[in-house]
Amino acid sequence: MLTLANHTFSSRLLTGTGKFSNAATMKDAVAAAQSNIVTLAMKRVASNSAQDETLTALRELGVTLLPNTSGAKNAQEAIFAAELSYEALGSPWIKLEIHPDQRYLLPDPIETLQAAEALVKKGFNVLPYCGADPVLCKRLEEVGCSAVMPLGAPIGSNQGLQTKPFLQIIVDQASIPVIVDAGIGKPSEAMAAMEMGVDAVLVNTAIATAQNPVAMAEAFANAVETGRKAFEAGLGATSDLAQPSSPLTAFLEPAV
Amino acid sequence: MKVARALMQQDLAHLAMSINSKTASDVERALNANTPSLDDFMALISPAGSHYLEAMASRAQALTRHRFGNTMQLFVPLYLSNLCANECTYCGFTMSNKIKRKTLSISEVLTEIEAIKDMGFSQVLLVTGEHETKVGMDYFEQTLSAIRDKVSYIMMEVQPLKKEQYETLKHQGLDAVLVYQETYSPQQYASYHTRGKKQDFLWRLEASDRIGQAGIDKIGIGALLGLGDWRVDSAMTALHGKLIQQHYWQSRVSIAFPRLRSCEGNSTGGNALTNSKLPNERDLLQLICAHRLFNPQAELSLSTRESAAFRDGVMPLGITSMSAASQTQPGGYSEPSQALNQFDIDDSRSVPEVVNAIARKGLEPVWKDWMPFEVRV
Repeated sequence: MLTLANHTFSSRLLTGTGKFSNAATMKDAVAAAQSNIVTLAMKRVASNSAQDETLTALRELGVTLLPNTSGAKNAQEAIFAAELSYEALGSPWIKLEIHPDQRYLLPDPIETLQAAEALVKKGFNVLPYCGADPVLCKRLEEVGCSAVMPLGAPIGSNQGLQTKPFLQIIVDQASIPVIVDAGIGKPSEAMAAMEMGVDAVLVNTAIATAQNPVAMAEAFANAVETGRKAFEAGLGATSDLAQPSSPLTAFLEPAV
Repeated sequence: MKVARALMQQDLAHLAMSINSKTASDVERALNANTPSLDDFMALISPAGSHYLEAMASRAQALTRHRFGNTMQLFVPLYLSNLCANECTYCGFTMSNKIKRKTLSISEVLTEIEAIKDMGFSQVLLVTGEHETKVGMDYFEQTLSAIRDKVSYIMMEVQPLKKEQYETLKHQGLDAVLVYQETYSPQQYASYHTRGKKQDFLWRLEASDRIGQAGIDKIGIGALLGLGDWRVDSAMTALHGKLIQQHYWQSRVSIAFPRLRSCEGNSTGGNALTNSKLPNERDLLQLICAHRLFNPQAELSLSTRESAAFRDGVMPLGITSMSAASQTQPGGYSEPSQALNQFDIDDSRSVPEVVNAIARKGLEPVWKDWMPFEVRV
């Protein structure tokens, strides 16, 4: 079970709502992913949220909404967006995304830390999208975030776990859940992240832009589950040297 | 003015020669480049590149879907005024044209906004002629403060302004500014712009620097294809976009490819069909795909100047933002008439028809993609 801010969730696969060709496909894909937590951009939610097709579909699924501040360029805009999402959706959850860089959409570490601190004080359950920087992740933990969401590669890039050595340090050091957000392009990469001991992964582009988003969502669900199982089972140590199953030095042992 | 300075250093004659001398192997190298250079872009738009249209379209489609998902942004232009103090030989608003001139009052603007919202839009492009005294900062500020709570994203295509003026308008709710250079050739530019402040080529070219310095969210650029050599102007546009991304990294870039259209009393676009400098639809598709390969993150925008069939065909391949059911005369949404148009549109389908066409291509229309004004100030 994944525990975030004293709430437990059976699925360790978080999904998103962007990039789908229509709300019905999005709904089927989220259902196939068996996700309990789904993120959606506040900037795309219709002003009259009752008319928003995406929201309606998610409510029918009964998932926990994780509104995000995508589009915010600084802490102030992100804080306003979080307050807006609380007003519109009544949700204490917020996925904090601050990306002033318009090409690679990389998160601003300084503004993110400032906004995280302010939002925690306001009572939000803050899940910040951040660079795979172990020190930053500790600082985000110290200001009271409910999890950290370091990136595996630039968002939407499907490049996989480019930041793997840093993610491993983050996992080793963290005392809050670590959710790899951004970059995961294949189920095998999601599985690899889970095997490392990451608590959960968030996958959107790889599912939404697949030829068959529903089948791909199911593939990711299986991969995440398998990866977690492997981590919990305790992977055997890896070594550059071969370990013969009949040791070469066995002759030293007394003969039976 | 780093962007304008870098653009001014380009030798357009050299660019033309370089584009026209590209070979099939240059195009193949460009198609296989991970991050195509400007030289690669020139190969892609070259005559040699036209034989690789299918391969370009396939790569452009993949890049577009990957970056933008299966979505299409929808916006609508709102013509506020056709007053103009410039003489531009290709434009229906040109000063000497004896057309009925009209500037919407704020209450008329609000009536238009209601009509636009009823059509489903919340991303709006405000358009005016260039008349600083009658349609200047006071008018822009009043308009923005009247409409900013009623729409989600406000773009503006008006005369180039000062940096401080862009800053002021940003605080009044302005999100994006479009300033098309028309042509990047100073000589050609001078021949089309014969009176008025728009004659100042450099003031216009430096606009993207001032917009970037003012921290505006999105900067729109483009050349009016058919005025100069479209390939050279497009290479300059592509470079312009990259320079903006480099120097003003917090602003998004939007690129448009308007082709010259006929309009009232026009002496340039009037012979658009026989204008040999005008790219045909095949050329335009090649250009759109080349921009996508060169700049996977840029918004590529297509207006109703183009035909319904072309727009539908190109929709999945590279375009990420479209207007629909546009009226190009002030007051056109609440009271349609043809009298005051800036130019003739081609795709005159209704919004539901365009939305259906988008859905048939497996895409989802995006009507709103930004936080309300109070979040941003």
